[in-house]
Formats: sequence, C-alpha cells, structure tokens
Amino acid sequence: MTHLPFIAGAYAATIGVFLILSVSAALRLRAAERRLHAVETRRERVRA
Amino acid sequence: MSASPLAEPVSAQDHGSATNPGRIGSLLHRYANPGRFLRLSERLSPFLVWPAIVLSVAGMVWGLFLSPADWQQGDAVRIMYVHVPAAWLASLGYAALAVCGVLSLVWRHRLADLAAAEIGPVGASVTFLCLLSGSLWGRPMWGAWWVWDARLTSVLVLFFLYLGHVALIRAFDDPSRGARAAAILAVAGAVDLPIIKFSVQWWNTLHQPDSITLTGAPTMSFSMLWPLLVCTLGFSFAFAAIVNTRLRAAILETRTRQLLLQGARE
Repeated sequence: MTHLPFIAGAYAATIGVFLILSVSAALRLRAAERRLHAVETRRERVRA
Repeated sequence: MSASPLAEPVSAQDHGSATNPGRIGSLLHRYANPGRFLRLSERLSPFLVWPAIVLSVAGMVWGLFLSPADWQQGDAVRIMYVHVPAAWLASLGYAALAVCGVLSLVWRHRLADLAAAEIGPVGASVTFLCLLSGSLWGRPMWGAWWVWDARLTSVLVLFFLYLGHVALIRAFDDPSRGARAAAILAVAGAVDLPIIKFSVQWWNTLHQPDSITLTGAPTMSFSMLWPLLVCTLGFSFAFAAIVNTRLRAAILETRTRQLLLQGARE
C-alpha cells in the first residue's frame, strides 16, 4: 500500500477522536445519572 | 435510571410567546421541555449508537481494504473515506449550531442553548479532524502539509468560529448572557458555510472541486462512492449519538443543580 503512514495516521486520528468523544460522553452521562440519583435519594430521606 | 422524576410540567414559556408558532413551532416548543426531550432522547439512543458503530466500521473497512486505489493518487485516496465525512459533519454541525442560535434568539428555546453548548466541542473536534486528515492527504499529493487555499482557509475559519463559540458560551458569569452571545456568533458565523461550499468555484484553488453534487451525477466511480456514502452515514450517526449522549448528561446536570439550589433554599 502506497503512502501507508499518511493513511494510517488519518484513520488512527479518526478512530481516536471518535473514541475519545464517545467514551467521555458515556462517562459524563453515567456520572450525571449517579449524581442526580444521589441528590434525589438525599432529598427524599430529608423529607421523610 | 428512570426519567420520570425529570418530567417537568409544561410551562407557558414552553409554548413560546403570544404569537401562534404554527405546526413546526408547536413541535419545537413541545420538546423544549427537558423531561419530555430526555424520554425521547433515551428511546432514540440505541437507534443512533448501533447504526453508528456498524456503518462506520463497515465503511472504513470497505474504504481501507476493499475499494480500488485511484489511478492518479494511488492508495492515498483512501484518506477520502475519513476526510470527506469529517468535512461534511463540520459544516452540518455548524449549521445545527446556527439553527440552535436562531431558536435561542427568536423563541428563547430552553434546549437550544443546551444543545448548542454540546454541539460546539463535538463540531470543533470533527473540524480539527477534517483539517488534520486533509493535511495528511495534502502532503503526499500536493507536497505540502498546508496551503493558504480558499477551501482550506475557510474551513480553518470555521474551526476558529467553533472555538470562539465554545469559549464565548463559558465566558460570562451569567450563563444566559453567554448563551445569547454565542447564539449571535453562531448565526453570524453561518455566512462561512456557503463560502466553504462555493470556494472551489469562486476561486482558483488547489483543492479539488466537489465530486458529489445535488444537481449532477457523481464524478467518481461507484466502487468509491458507496464506501464513502456508508462512512458518511456512519459518522453522521456517530455525531448524532455523541451529541445526544452529551445533551442527556447536560439535562441531568442541570436538573441536579436545580435540586441542589432548591435544597439550599429550603
């Protein structure tokens, strides 16, 4: 395959960018769900 | 986690101003309610994630190993299968940002500001990817990593517009002022989109003209066109899935902040 380093670089950058974006989005969503759940539980406990 | 605690009553603000917004306006205002949007977004998520994974992997494998090499460019043409979808998403993402800006400025759509804040960083990332992959394609084909060509320069301007939007939205102590300033930038910056599109026709550029147009037949072989379309579709689903996930997280974070503030007041 000609120009292999350039092709490999472009594909690696693409996979890397999309992986970073998707993993960080998924982790952020999980953290947000946990935090909201913790706040709601604490509020319900205080009200009870 | 159940989304039911997030369901908020639809306020008068959700239905917009006193003027009748029409059918499209009604639909937009219906999903201005974060709880309602969150339920839709959760249901939509698998229909974005799985096509994104399947189509992106299939398109890249097809483009990398199964599609033919170009008679002039050789195997370097395979960079096209990641460069073109990134370029398409850079423009599409900014168009979405401009639409959010209009929704925010005209109707004060509650979700439009949140969506714009989440589209910005993802759009900036794909624009960076477009510039990087273009540079990696340009070096073996043109003998230069970068040229001040109209197409490349206008995409670089788009990248700076994205960065400006990301910075501006966080630049004020009052988030609503930041969102308003960023919305104005997003709408004004949309003028760069037709410049990007027509730059290869208006000026003599090193960048090649469009191979796919809405009006004419494609100027590339179908053996290259199909993997390109599959990659573009897959990347578009991936972009939508990432923005959707980030938006869900932003809504939950906003709800958490509201609950903490309510708790502090009580």
